[in-house]
Amino acid sequence: MVPLSYYLVLSGFLFACGVTGFLIKRNIITIFMSIELMLNGVNLSFVAFAAHWHSLAGQVFVFFVMVVAAAEATVGLAIIIAVYRTRETLNVDQVNLLKL
Amino acid sequence: MTSSLNLWLIPILPLAGAAINGFLGKKSSRTAVSVIGLFFSGAAFAWALSVAWRVSAADLPYAEYIAHWIRYGKMGAAGSFAADFTLYLDQLSLIMLLVVTGVGFLIHIYSVGYMWDDPSYYRFFAYLNLFMFFMLTLVLASNYLLMFIGWEGVGLASYLLIGFWFAKDSAASAGKKAFIVNRIGDFGFLIALFLIIQHFGSLDFTKVFAQVQPIAPETSGAGLLTAIGILLMVGACGKSAQIPLYVWLPDAMEGPTPVSALIHAATMVTAGVYMVSRSHVIFERAPMALTVVAVIGTLTALFAATIGITQTDIKKVLAYSTVSQLGYMFMACGVGAFSAGIFHLMTHAFFKGLLFLAAGSVIHAVGGEQDMRKMGGLRSYIPWTFLTMGIATLAIAGIPPFAGFWSKDEILWQAYSSPHGSWVFWLIGVITAFLTSFYMFRLLFMTFFGDYNGAQVDEHGRGSHDHAGANDAHSHGEPHESPMVMLVPLMILALLSVVGGLVGIGNRFEHFLDPVFGTGAVAEAAGETASHTTELLLMGVSVAVAFLGAWLAYVLYLSRPYLPQKIADGLNGFYTTVLNKYYVDELYSKLFVKPLIDGSTSILWQGVDRKVIDDSVNNAADGARAISNEARQMQSGNLRSYAGWIAAGSAVVIAYMIWMGVR
Repeated sequence: MVPLSYYLVLSGFLFACGVTGFLIKRNIITIFMSIELMLNGVNLSFVAFAAHWHSLAGQVFVFFVMVVAAAEATVGLAIIIAVYRTRETLNVDQVNLLKL
Repeated sequence: MTSSLNLWLIPILPLAGAAINGFLGKKSSRTAVSVIGLFFSGAAFAWALSVAWRVSAADLPYAEYIAHWIRYGKMGAAGSFAADFTLYLDQLSLIMLLVVTGVGFLIHIYSVGYMWDDPSYYRFFAYLNLFMFFMLTLVLASNYLLMFIGWEGVGLASYLLIGFWFAKDSAASAGKKAFIVNRIGDFGFLIALFLIIQHFGSLDFTKVFAQVQPIAPETSGAGLLTAIGILLMVGACGKSAQIPLYVWLPDAMEGPTPVSALIHAATMVTAGVYMVSRSHVIFERAPMALTVVAVIGTLTALFAATIGITQTDIKKVLAYSTVSQLGYMFMACGVGAFSAGIFHLMTHAFFKGLLFLAAGSVIHAVGGEQDMRKMGGLRSYIPWTFLTMGIATLAIAGIPPFAGFWSKDEILWQAYSSPHGSWVFWLIGVITAFLTSFYMFRLLFMTFFGDYNGAQVDEHGRGSHDHAGANDAHSHGEPHESPMVMLVPLMILALLSVVGGLVGIGNRFEHFLDPVFGTGAVAEAAGETASHTTELLLMGVSVAVAFLGAWLAYVLYLSRPYLPQKIADGLNGFYTTVLNKYYVDELYSKLFVKPLIDGSTSILWQGVDRKVIDDSVNNAADGARAISNEARQMQSGNLRSYAGWIAAGSAVVIAYMIWMGVR
């Protein structure tokens, strides 16, 4: 049995990777993927705790997160396409105006 | 007790007049304002007369409860305190009542003529009526607190009227000076009241005096009553312009002349004398306080009289004369002859009111000029003014049988013979009488005799003419007599100045006041029979010095007009000192005013206000701005920097939680 702390360290590492990517990357799609990475890092800690405490609540929570993440992905990608069509760039530094 | 006298009407009537004129006068015509002003002051006088008519000696003292005011604690219980709106009438307040309303009404009439062309006509009458209200409150109060209300109220009215032509800088600052100097006196008065409350638990005249009565006189040393007495005297010094607080009164002449007559000669300034006389029970048991009163009064009488000799402004001479005569009244009070003081107060109200009104008529005649050197020979131009002013001069100089003679002689005799008196007071009093006669005849001769000196300076005097003679719109060729509305009050007052003293014959005036002053009068009656010849001798001396003063003035200012300048040159240094009023104003300015201004400027303004208060506010604002400026940098508008802050923040929170967990 792998100890709980291993999962948590991995979860923290994934989350930190997501945060770092979110902060340093300029490409919207990469930022988007970083967000997914953070979500999944959190998901991992949820399931790890659920397994550790033998409670289903954490796993149910993870399903919810996945559903929301999927919805977010569709909306997000749609926005990205829209942005790319109007601005012809995916660099966030150049999309800092809401109005054209 | 007969039916109610409705005393409350007397002060309320002028208050109503003040309110009507004050609120509605601006839009009313001058006639309407005059009618209202005269009606309400005249009605107060009429009611006072009817009260005097209806009341009999058996009814006095009469107290009239109007409304309850300050009540603290359970009535009658220890530690309780009550001061109600109650009016109190006895012989003393009856005399004051008649003097205030009577002279006040005459001066109201006179003002109609004198102030007619002033643009703020309605304001003048509103203030004048307001003054009457407060003065009557002061006189009729049955406790010290209500008296204090009147006391402060007349101070306010005085301030408003001195600064009536407030656009003129000197008038505005004279008003301020009067107010501030009076504050110093009021401070003493207030502390005296606190002492009375603390030790007697009441401010009601009858209650306080009933408790003071059994106390033995503090002959061996100063005690509570001496302290109260001296503090009351400090208050009286402020209001009645005695040394060392007399400096405001000469400056108060910046006000319109009727104001000088009513407030600064006839009524308000005598409030101190009234207050001391009212508190005679306290003073009689505090010989040291009495001596203080007598010494202050005597010194003031002499001191002001010497200044009066050198002044050339007609109103300034009268102002110093007023200070000097008030000194006489205090001298009388100080030797325990309160009724003589009140007697002089009454006659003084007549002749000094008349002198000021006549001076106003002179100023009116020559178009706003107040310098006596530019007058002269006015006798033939304004005969009625000359006649009335001559009578007043005879009265104040103490020439029998005019009013001033009787009262002044009474004071001098008391100063000599009373158990509290001394020949020193008498001697200084006689010297002052001589000086009084001299400067008054000097005024009369300079103004009315010789040749008119005004014509050539008329053009030159135009500048001061605008405000000082605010009543003279038409141009000035020759001096001209005042209108009838001004002359009639002069004549009535002249009549009173002639016969007003006759009530004092055979000590009738004193006996009238006996129920108030009681024991003092008895003691002095005993002394009187003992040395009738002395009294006649002293009377002869005081009459002689009066004539001597008049003669000297005649020699110096009529027959040998070159002499005064020579004498002045001969006395060079001393003359200049007196001419500059002994540099008292300068001394006060050096000793008190300047340190106060400097201290206020450097410590209070530059130190406390700017360094502490302003700086703490400014620094708080600057600090907030500096912090905000730093914090503003976080909001760069760059989305990723926000995300960075969020990440850093959560990292801190997590680190904290971990640290708490580990600990």
